Amino acid sequence: MLLFIVKRLLLLIPVFLAISVVIFMLVHLVPGDPIDSILRVGATPAERAALVARYGLDQPILTQYVTWFGKMVLGDLGDAIILRRPVADLIAMNLPHSLALGSLALVFSTVVGITAGALAAIFRDTWFDRGVMTLILLGSTVPSFWLGLLMIMLFAVTLGWFPVSGARTASALVLPVLTIGLGGVALVARVTRVAMMDIARRDFVMMLHAKGVSRWRIELGSVLRHAMMPVVTILSLRIGWILGGAVAVEFVFARPGLGSLLITSLNQRDYPVVQGCLLMLAIAVMLGTLLGDILQAMMDPRIREGMK
Amino acid sequence: MALLTVTGLGVAIGNVTPLDGISFEARKGEILGLVGESGSGKSLTALAVMGLLGRIGGRVTTGSILFDGQELTILAEPAFRRLRGKRIALISQNPMTSLDPIVRIGAQIDQVSRLHLGLSKPAAKARSIDLMQQLRIPDAETLHGAYPHQLSGGMKQRIVIAMALAADPDLIIADEPTTALDVTIQAQIIQIIVDLVRDRGLALLLITHDMGVVAQACDRVVVLYAGRVAEMNTTQAIFAAPRHPYTASLIACIPAHDQPEGTLLGIPGTVPGVLNYPPGCRFHPRCARAIDVCHAEVPVLQTLTAGSVACYLQGVPA
Repeated sequence: MLLFIVKRLLLLIPVFLAISVVIFMLVHLVPGDPIDSILRVGATPAERAALVARYGLDQPILTQYVTWFGKMVLGDLGDAIILRRPVADLIAMNLPHSLALGSLALVFSTVVGITAGALAAIFRDTWFDRGVMTLILLGSTVPSFWLGLLMIMLFAVTLGWFPVSGARTASALVLPVLTIGLGGVALVARVTRVAMMDIARRDFVMMLHAKGVSRWRIELGSVLRHAMMPVVTILSLRIGWILGGAVAVEFVFARPGLGSLLITSLNQRDYPVVQGCLLMLAIAVMLGTLLGDILQAMMDPRIREGMK
Repeated sequence: MALLTVTGLGVAIGNVTPLDGISFEARKGEILGLVGESGSGKSLTALAVMGLLGRIGGRVTTGSILFDGQELTILAEPAFRRLRGKRIALISQNPMTSLDPIVRIGAQIDQVSRLHLGLSKPAAKARSIDLMQQLRIPDAETLHGAYPHQLSGGMKQRIVIAMALAADPDLIIADEPTTALDVTIQAQIIQIIVDLVRDRGLALLLITHDMGVVAQACDRVVVLYAGRVAEMNTTQAIFAAPRHPYTASLIACIPAHDQPEGTLLGIPGTVPGVLNYPPGCRFHPRCARAIDVCHAEVPVLQTLTAGSVACYLQGVPA
């Protein structure tokens, strides 16, 4: 098992290198020049050249990449052009908010989603199943920014239970977590339900019935255990999304976060910040996939052996 | 005395009736063959006896299943659960898919004796290893901790057999136990099952479509066709003098060693689906000897001096 994890980690190195090249090149390939947005109107070509030299943009592209990569590995992500602060500081300010929101939303959607999906599968084709699945259909079709606004109106404005916006108190996390988490609940519940219903039809489940094992023990002990594999896969893919994809919700609730930092700096063509944010998201996706692989291997001996 | 008596069993799935009027009995120490082509209702009969029809959306509509004096068709699920695996065990068709791929095989065998005999973990393990050795599984102690994918098909089927035996059942239902295996080990697995049944004096319901297996293993045979019993008799009598044209055709399909090349026989046509069972005798569209009455009237199963048959051609010279 340890060998499996080490191998998986080593495999991530080339992936990380490839991602770093893409991230580095991406911002150089898109149109628009941040230098233009820094220069005052009517600046002379000499002033412009000085600025280009200051940021090292006159160097060959390979030199720029090596310099960038070397510093990046040591944690120096450069300075933000517009915000005029180290990118690492900006990320350090925003990342904890994203992590708190993302991990709580992930836990919420995992726990509630698996419970709802498993119960719907066990009571399949009853009013309970239909009720849960209807709610889930609603939950997955309502856009998160609109759901967020509805929640603010009901729970923050009318009932006054939670703050309308901001990130100062822990209670300010509740509504954003619910808003993001409900989409995840829908996803996880549906995957759990479908997987359980598929596995319940397998021969080995019929064999468990023939052995005289009770229905609940079969459903919760064996069927659910098998159904966790696709659930782990979608959850591990969602980790990166939850970290960076919460932009709409961050804006609705006026929260800081990696998503809003990324969008803001994209609009301002603040390359170093964009690169730093993308790098964080890429790392999150990589770690999410790694975690998913490890969990899968812990659950399925066939995967463990496939990696030897 | 019969351990299992099935009388006039009818099974419905939704609003179709794939089984109707199935009757037979299985005795202790006896191997009863349940023969027929795919779609004749063999596996449904097995599921009905196991009380597992509900798993595939079916139900018993008529008749009775009497097991050791207990009526199974009205037995409540908790009581039935204590019977399954404990007194009636199943050897399934496909060993490749009948074992849980992510659970060690030992644990899957142990589960049965822990559940039904209340054994402790080490006691169940010792019992399972002992069983595995009886089934001539090499290196049973190591394999107890292995996963199903590390075993060959024949070994997996032995594990399934061990699972069936783990709580000392009285009746074993083997549903085509060798169909999914290589031809080279089919006879070997059948022999293992036959020996076990003989040694322990169990009743075995052996479901198969292979008349060769019937000849090798069974004491008596029930021939099913399209959800009804066509003929029932001792194996010897069935092979010596089949009374139903369907039985005769099944036997004629067994290739003989001196058969000239290119003369393999089959039965023309296929078993009708449950939605278009023909009227009268369900075999008549494929029967070379069908007479007028076969098209219109359902033949009843009549008991003869030895065995019984459902066919109008009795006494009609071929």
